[in-house]
Amino acid sequence: MKILVPVKRVVDYNVKVRVKSDGSGVDTANVKMSMNPFDEIAVEEAVRLKEAGVATEVVAVSCGVGACQETLRTAMAIGADRGILVETDVDLQPLAVAKLLKALCDKEQPQVVICGKQAIDDDANQTGQMLSALMGWPQATFASKVAVSAGKATVTREIDGGLETLEISLPAVVSTDLRLNEPRYATLPNIMKAKKKPLETVKPADLGVDVTPRLTTIKVAEPAKRSAGVMVADVAQLVEKLKNEAKVL
Amino acid sequence: MTILVVAEHDNASLKGATLNTISAAAKLGGDVVVLVAGAGAVAAVEAAAKVAGVAKVLSVDSAAFADLGAENLAAQVLAVVKAAGGAISHVLAPATTFGKNVLPRVAALLDVAQISEIVAIESADTFVRPIYAGNALATVKSADPVKVITVRTTAFEAAGEGGAVAVEQVAAAGDLGLSKLVGRELTKSARPELGAAKIIVSGGRGMGSGENYQKVLEPLADKIGAALGASRAAVDAGYVPNDYQVGQTGKIVAPQLYIAVGISGAIQHLAGMKDSKVIVAINKDPEAPIFQVADYGLVADLFEAVPQLVAAV
Repeated sequence: MKILVPVKRVVDYNVKVRVKSDGSGVDTANVKMSMNPFDEIAVEEAVRLKEAGVATEVVAVSCGVGACQETLRTAMAIGADRGILVETDVDLQPLAVAKLLKALCDKEQPQVVICGKQAIDDDANQTGQMLSALMGWPQATFASKVAVSAGKATVTREIDGGLETLEISLPAVVSTDLRLNEPRYATLPNIMKAKKKPLETVKPADLGVDVTPRLTTIKVAEPAKRSAGVMVADVAQLVEKLKNEAKVL
Repeated sequence: MTILVVAEHDNASLKGATLNTISAAAKLGGDVVVLVAGAGAVAAVEAAAKVAGVAKVLSVDSAAFADLGAENLAAQVLAVVKAAGGAISHVLAPATTFGKNVLPRVAALLDVAQISEIVAIESADTFVRPIYAGNALATVKSADPVKVITVRTTAFEAAGEGGAVAVEQVAAAGDLGLSKLVGRELTKSARPELGAAKIIVSGGRGMGSGENYQKVLEPLADKIGAALGASRAAVDAGYVPNDYQVGQTGKIVAPQLYIAVGISGAIQHLAGMKDSKVIVAINKDPEAPIFQVADYGLVADLFEAVPQLVAAV
């Protein structure tokens, strides 16, 4: 059984992003880039399924600029067997990525696609669901537990108010939530080994996909800052302020 | 111009998030039609028909929607949009785990983009949405014939009650049979739901343990009728379940009063609560970043301050 894992190159989660002064976007020049944390969880889960003998091959896919090769190498250092880069300089939106992934799923025929539930840059939370719809497959989003056996997957999902367990037929798309696993640190020998793993590059046109953006960003602005209030000396003063000044108690 | 709102409900009742979504829909300036797809969801349909600003309710009753699975629901929404023959210009759902699960499927089936988690409407095709965990706000314009949108519920008021409008029965699109619900474990609590609570008491790593969290925060929450929340650090440390989590990767809340106890104030947590009306921070570290967003800060040992607070309110 083959597992496909899409991975996105994003601004590292530790970086405090800055809005460009001309309002055209967020400054990504000379900023540390990393694999989207939710995608790291996805790679880890796929690799664990391979280590458990459930999966036979883990293929990592990244769509974007040439530098996404680094993200694919990171995925291969965690344990993915090979990488596919869909290279383009076009600013890819979720629908375009879902279409690129559909073309690769048609070609690679994976039984499971495990992806991150959202990327921490655009916070869209769409690609997995869109891919699933385009393939006509079932989906299990926001997974905190995944078990795969004989043509089906049992997935526990994080939903508002608790947990939900679904049984879905394969092939299917699973998207990861935070508590699914804790991704391993790639060891130096594995990072070296990853450099020798196969990495194929294709263009959107090779896959017959039109990646023209559907949404235009008109401007990007900083949210209104919340200013610090006052420090209170003790609980009595706090209660007094909440009752008489803020009137919320 | 017709705006279709996909209702979130649990068959027995309409979820509050649907009311905020209806308010957002009303701002677009067209007829607001609410689709309630469920199994025996009579009460939810009746509730939807009574919401102010709704022009019509579409009711689809089928066992295929009993579990509100994304696959069947998305196919149904697609069928409704197609049947309207171009009259539906917008499809909205709340940006809850329900809406986030279903709506991207609808967008893909319609071959249009989705605009996620909008916090403001500039015009019928231009919307404001947070990116980078709320550290930036993007204004985006859609060129698609149908705008598929999820709505951040805290950014729009809940619609009130109005008169009862007509309910139209719609034929079910069928069961795709792709997914089966095995079970749900919902947190049972007498306290208000996090997303809808007027007051939230939230605990962080400073609680030290799950036992302390319960012992210290529950009496406060019960005394002032608050919902309980937590930071990601407290969830990761296993003090509380994940659905308590407030933040970029958890729930986005905006109560009247948010009391952060033993929470340092990581960016990812602030992204989830900084729209609260009044923020109180109790932390023993005077340098904690939470104090930079708090209206009232108290530097104190939470194990002493919180019981005092319980006694004083």
